[in-house]
Amino acid sequence: MKILVAIKRVVDANVKVRVKPDNSAVDLSNVKMAVNPFCEIAIEEAVRLKEKGIATEVVVVSAGTKDCQEQLRTGLALGADRALQIETDAEVEPLAIAKLLAALVEKEQPGIVMMGKQSIDGENNQTGQMLAALTNMTQGTFASEVEVAGEELLVTREVDGGLQKIGLKLPAVVTTDLRLNEPRYASLPNIMKAKRKPLETITPEDLGVDVAPRLKTLEVTMPEERQAGIKVANVSELVEKLTAEAGVL
Amino acid sequence: MATLIIAEHDNSTLKASTLHAVTAAQQVGGDIDVLVAGSGCQAAADEAAKVAGVSKVLVADNAAYANQLAENVAKLVAEVGAGYSHIMATSTPEAKNVLPRAAALLDVGQISDILRVDSADTFGRPIYAGNAIATVKSLDAIKVITVRGTAFEAAAAEGGSAAVEAISAAHDAGVSSFVSDEVAQSDRPELTSAKIIVSGGRGMGNGENFAMLDSVADKLGAAVGASRAAVDAGFVPNDMQVGQTGKIVAPDLYVAVGISGAIQHLAGMKDSKYIVAINKDDEAPIFQVADYGLVADLFEAVPELDSKL
Repeated sequence: MKILVAIKRVVDANVKVRVKPDNSAVDLSNVKMAVNPFCEIAIEEAVRLKEKGIATEVVVVSAGTKDCQEQLRTGLALGADRALQIETDAEVEPLAIAKLLAALVEKEQPGIVMMGKQSIDGENNQTGQMLAALTNMTQGTFASEVEVAGEELLVTREVDGGLQKIGLKLPAVVTTDLRLNEPRYASLPNIMKAKRKPLETITPEDLGVDVAPRLKTLEVTMPEERQAGIKVANVSELVEKLTAEAGVL
Repeated sequence: MATLIIAEHDNSTLKASTLHAVTAAQQVGGDIDVLVAGSGCQAAADEAAKVAGVSKVLVADNAAYANQLAENVAKLVAEVGAGYSHIMATSTPEAKNVLPRAAALLDVGQISDILRVDSADTFGRPIYAGNAIATVKSLDAIKVITVRGTAFEAAAAEGGSAAVEAISAAHDAGVSSFVSDEVAQSDRPELTSAKIIVSGGRGMGNGENFAMLDSVADKLGAAVGASRAAVDAGFVPNDMQVGQTGKIVAPDLYVAVGISGAIQHLAGMKDSKYIVAINKDDEAPIFQVADYGLVADLFEAVPELDSKL
């Protein structure tokens, strides 16, 4: 079976972002970019399924400007077989990305679409679920374990209070949580090899998808800074403050 | 204008998380109806009817909804929700699983994890792990919204007397099934919904020392978290990680033990109501965000705290 892995180029998790002075957006000029950490976990899982002989081909896909080819190359270096870039300058919202991916699913017919549970920039946690809805695929969100059992996919999910195991008819969309795996690093020879792997570019028009936004961002502001509190002298004082003053104990 | 709230429940009781979405819906204005989808869920529906501010409770009682499988519930939510201007739920794993699927079925976007209601179509929400707040205006006819529980007080669980109405829609896609539950053995709550979190960092020294935090957490009914440093050092598994790439939490009380307070960690917990820092380095950045700081050796302070609780 083929696995399609949707990945996103985002600001590196170690960067402290700043809001532009005109409050229009976050300032991303000259900021280090990387593969969204949850997407790395998705790539890793797809590659492991290939190593186990379950997946026959791993295809990475990303929507964005030409720059996202860098992240697609990372995916190829980590073990994906080929890459697809959906070229767009627009800022595409989860619903639009889901529609683009749905069109690709139609074309590529993957058995599993793997993706991160959320991107660390938009923090939406929507795309996988929306894609599943649009393609009428089953969904295994917040996956901490994935197992293919014949025609069924067994997904262990991280839910409130523990884990839940569900059985899904294939094809399915799986979104990854932190516990699923520890992503590997790309080795230098693999980075070199990745440069020769196929990378195809398509446009939203090719896929016949309207990416018009459903949300208008009016303003982006810095959150209120927390005020530093007080230092207490000892544990007794701490417990007393938490009980009497804060009322949280 | 009317809002449909998707209730969170375990069929027998309504979960308190639902009450936060009710408050957000009150700020939007208009009637508030609650959808209880489950199996043998009459008791949960009766509880929902008592919540102050609720006009009507719709009960979809069917075996297909027993385990809240997204494939079935999202179809129901999209069908029932089509008659509303707003569909809301508190951002819990259940709601995050179902709502975007319902939104896509309705061909509308979703506004995730709102912190603020500015008007019926404009909301404030965190982006970049809370390092920026975006004010967004929805252009869709139906606004599908998840609500950050800690940003809205809980509505009163008593005092209402809504009508309870059964709806017969039974959507069983038959493509997914519940296999098993593995409820955490301890009585400890899940990190993302815990009211109190006790977290350890590199300062804990090793994994065994986390037992000290477990003991404190058990007394407080708290969850135990960790910084990325503690996870990377192999002290604890990565699902305990709080931070930008881990879990984003906002409990009433967050106790950071042996955590310096790197930006990636702060991104995951700085919306907590109260933050306590226990650290022997009085210049650790964590003290800049802590409401109560204790400069002390954690190996002395934590056992003492444990004995005083």
